[in-house]
Amino acid sequence: MRDSFVRALTELAAEDPDIVLITGDLGFGALNDFIARYPRNFINAGVAEQNMTALACGMALTGARAYTYSIGNFPTLRCLEQLRNDVCYHDANVTVVAVGAGFSYGQLGMSHFATEDLAILRALPGMRVVAPSDPWQAYELTRQLHAQGGPAYLRIDKGSAGIAPGPVELGKVRQVRDGDDLVIFATGGILSEVMAAAEAVAERGISVRVIDVHTLKPLDADGICAAARDSGRVITVEEHVVTGGLGGAVAEACLEGGVAITAFRRIGLDGGYPEIVGDQAYLRAHFGMDREAIAAAIGKILGL
Amino acid sequence: MNAIDLTLGTDALALRLRRHVVRMCGSGGSSHVGSCLSMADIIAVLYGKVLRLDPTDPRWPERDRFILSKGHAGACIYAALAERGFFPVTDLERHYRNGSNLSGHVSSKNVPGVELSTGSLGHGLGVGAGMAMRLRATGGKQRVYVVMSDGECDEGSNWEAILFAAHHRLSNLCVVVDYNKLQSLAPISETLGLEPFADKWRAFGWNLITVDGHDHAALQRGFANAAATSDRPTCLLADTVKGRGVTFMENQVLWHYRAPEGEEYTAALAELG
Repeated sequence: MRDSFVRALTELAAEDPDIVLITGDLGFGALNDFIARYPRNFINAGVAEQNMTALACGMALTGARAYTYSIGNFPTLRCLEQLRNDVCYHDANVTVVAVGAGFSYGQLGMSHFATEDLAILRALPGMRVVAPSDPWQAYELTRQLHAQGGPAYLRIDKGSAGIAPGPVELGKVRQVRDGDDLVIFATGGILSEVMAAAEAVAERGISVRVIDVHTLKPLDADGICAAARDSGRVITVEEHVVTGGLGGAVAEACLEGGVAITAFRRIGLDGGYPEIVGDQAYLRAHFGMDREAIAAAIGKILGL
Repeated sequence: MNAIDLTLGTDALALRLRRHVVRMCGSGGSSHVGSCLSMADIIAVLYGKVLRLDPTDPRWPERDRFILSKGHAGACIYAALAERGFFPVTDLERHYRNGSNLSGHVSSKNVPGVELSTGSLGHGLGVGAGMAMRLRATGGKQRVYVVMSDGECDEGSNWEAILFAAHHRLSNLCVVVDYNKLQSLAPISETLGLEPFADKWRAFGWNLITVDGHDHAALQRGFANAAATSDRPTCLLADTVKGRGVTFMENQVLWHYRAPEGEEYTAALAELG
């Protein structure tokens, strides 16, 4: 997914000479092609995320299309006030790219778990929040974000859903499986676990609708309500804390949209900071957000 | 008052800025009058002599960029912009009032001539460095000026930007530090000492010029030196007196937060003629 973003940005740089990619001393190997082709459009700001973000704002306010690039929480939480006061308040053309969504860097420890970013970034007025589920989507949504301009956050996952490429539109949910018994909304690469769970319960005659919410903001409230209205039974899945992220966003949309919800369950990280490490699959299972946990939640909601 | 005739010189402009900020802070009941008075001469020289601006076209692409990083002294910038004709001087009466665009901390929203909204310290220099980098990369002749407070240099983000600007030899970037040696609760020396302050900037690779921040000729020479320096960013470390111009406010921590009221207000304006 990371390489798909870099490929999209490298192609865009051929069309748009105002693109500037600023890294916070990360991206070893991944950015080589961009740097080789557009050395004058690349800056390594050093291990200094506050300054990286302020620089991006200053460059954007003088005509650049700035991208800040780092991993985990470094380009988001570390410099949150620069995003709020400098980038968002001034509606600066800055896209923040964070590689390592959720437990992507699962062995590296709690500092590298990006598990509160969606809730926090979504709260910033003017900030768009995008979490692709597959590499092809990261490519497409990078291009669409660039075409729109303005502050944006692109959350790059190590995992991917493995769904075949198709039309994707920024700000519109995407149905990837239809079903009658309940609907699952998911964001990011963990959609793979949702699809596997839906497939597993299908063998028991349970029909699950699955919706990919690649854009958390602006939220496609109408699309979410339309998807939830048929069954009224909703599960949300995110590799993120259950507070204020996808689950909260979907709940808000459904309630304000007058959808008669009969069952609602948020699956995500709940109950404190992880104190263990492991790969992404291991941590998903450990924290109850893998395919088995999702299948179990489906059964419970349906009273099976 | 109508906007000033610039041929009257920066001394006259500085005096008018001081009168404006005392009025604005007094009638609006706002803090930071001492911080405004401290930098009034620096701002008068910048807006009166140095900055290339066009009040009839605030977004003129060729303009110099000015950022007030010590956003709490916004009243002085609003006054300077009004005096330069960016908006009517009578608008200054709205400062700090309900529904006003003239916030206590400087804001660019609906205020022509303000480049960047600040108020949280440690933001202006990094943004200014980004502007300088971009303007240089696109062949522009514009210069970027950032006025910072001394207490603001406690913020680590500034030192990230100070490293960056020197590494990239951003000679089109000029910082002025309003070094009045008082921060909000106590003197700098008792809070988080900055000395040897000039040496720190030099050690980081900057062209460091110490200057009397109330001497207009010295400030102009400093800005000329900065403009003539082609291999490094410049910092004018401006030795100033907080509250300068109103004797009972000078060098008093009290006037970081206190708004002049009643007899204080009358006495301050009387001293400023």
